[in-house]
Amino acid sequence: MSELDQALGALARRRLGGEGAGEVTRLSAGATQEIWRFMLVKDGARTPLILRRAPGGTRVSESAVGLETEARLIVAAGGAGVPVPPVLCVLEPDDGLGHGFIMGFVEGETLGGRIARGEVLATARPGLARQCGEILARIHTLDPAEFPTLRRATPAELVSQYQAAYRATAWPRPVFVLAFRWLADHCPPPPAKPRLVHGDFRNGNLIIGPDGVRAVLDWEIAHVADPMEDLGWICVNSWRFGVADKPVGGFGAREELWAGYEAAGGSPVDRDRARFWEVFGSMRWGVMCCGMTAAFRGVDPSVERAVIARRTSETEVDLMRLLAA
Amino acid sequence: MQDQPTPSEVLAAVARFLRDVVASETAGHTSFNARVAANALEMMRRQLDLAPAAEAAERTRLAALLGADGDLAALNAELCRRLEAGDLDLATPGLEAHLWETTLAKLAVDQPTYWGYRAALAERAPVKD
Repeated sequence: MSELDQALGALARRRLGGEGAGEVTRLSAGATQEIWRFMLVKDGARTPLILRRAPGGTRVSESAVGLETEARLIVAAGGAGVPVPPVLCVLEPDDGLGHGFIMGFVEGETLGGRIARGEVLATARPGLARQCGEILARIHTLDPAEFPTLRRATPAELVSQYQAAYRATAWPRPVFVLAFRWLADHCPPPPAKPRLVHGDFRNGNLIIGPDGVRAVLDWEIAHVADPMEDLGWICVNSWRFGVADKPVGGFGAREELWAGYEAAGGSPVDRDRARFWEVFGSMRWGVMCCGMTAAFRGVDPSVERAVIARRTSETEVDLMRLLAA
Repeated sequence: MQDQPTPSEVLAAVARFLRDVVASETAGHTSFNARVAANALEMMRRQLDLAPAAEAAERTRLAALLGADGDLAALNAELCRRLEAGDLDLATPGLEAHLWETTLAKLAVDQPTYWGYRAALAERAPVKD
C-alpha cells in the first residue's frame, strides 16, 4: 500500500466518517495539478471521490489562487447557483497529503473533443452555449470583497503580465510581438465594475452530461477583472476542438452565449471587449504553452510537458488568422 | 558518413512501437503517456525532415526583409525589435507573407493535424505563390 493510499484511508476515517478508502487512481486530466479518484468506504457502501492537490503537495503555478481559496470559491459558486462538485473537506497539514481538497465525483464528460463532437452528447450541445452564458452571469455575481486575496487586474495589467511572461522565455516570436502591439492598441479601459471572473472557463474545464453542464472545474486562476474576459476566453480557437463554425467551445454561437448571459442578469455584452478578450485569449494560451519549456527544463521534465510547449505554434496560426486574415 | 537506417526512419519505428504495442498493451496513465511519447517522436521526425529547408528559406526571407545578415535567432530577434518599435507592421511589403510562411512551416512540424492550420492552408491555397 502506497503512502497516498494510507493517507487517504486515514483521512476517510478521521474526517469523512468512513471506514477506509481504496481504488486510488490518478486521472490523466489536469496538466498543472494532480487529480486522483478514490473510493470512500462508508457504512459498507463505496462512493467515488476526487482528491485535487498540487503535485507533491506543493504549488506549481505562480498565478494560482491556492487550493484552499479554490475550495472556498467552489463553495461560494455553488451557493450562487453555479453547478459545481460538492467540497467535502480541505486538506490540513495533519492529513499528510499536502495542499488540496476532497470533492465529490461528478459523472460526465470532460474531454473537449468528445464534448464538441461526440455522438452521446449530440442532444446536449444545442443548449450548452446559452447555459454557459447563464452560468457565467451567476459566477459574476460572486462578491469580490469576500475574496480579498484574489488578484485585481485591469486589462492593461493583464496584457503586461503576459508580455512579461513572454519576454521571460527569451525566445523571439514575431507573431506574439505583433499580437501584443494589437492588444496594446485595442486595450479597453478598466471596466466600470470589476467582477470575480473564473479565468479558465472553457470546454475542457466543464463536466457535461446529456442534460447539460453538470460542473464547472478548475477555479485556480480566478481573479477580479473585466467580466468580458470570461466571455472571450471560452471562444478561443484552442477550445473548439476542430468545430470551426461553433466558436463557443466547439458547441455553440457567440450570440447564444451572450443571450444566456444577459438573460440571467449579466451586464449587456460589449462586443468589442469580447473580441479583445478572444484575441487576448489566443495570446494567453500561447504564452502559457511556451512557458512550458521552462517547466519542462525545471520542475516537470515529462514528455507531456514538452509536447504542450510545442503547441505554442497553434496559437501563432490562430493569431495570424485573427490579425492578418 | 553515418550508416543507415536514418534517424527519421528509426524515430518512426520507435513511434510505431510506442503507439501500436506499448499504448495498446498498457492502460490508464501509462497508455496515455505512451501515445504522447509516440506523438513527440513523430514531431521530432518531422523536424528532422522538414526544418532544414524551411529554416533556410526563413533566413533568406528575413535577410531580405530586414536588410541585415545573421543567424536565424538573431534575425528573428531583430524582427521582433522592429515590430515592437513599430518600425515594421502588417502593412510592410512582404512581412505578412513572411509571417504566414514561417508560421505554417512551424505547424507542419509541430501539429499538422491542428484544425486551425488546416483552415489556414485552405484559406490561403488560392493565393499561394
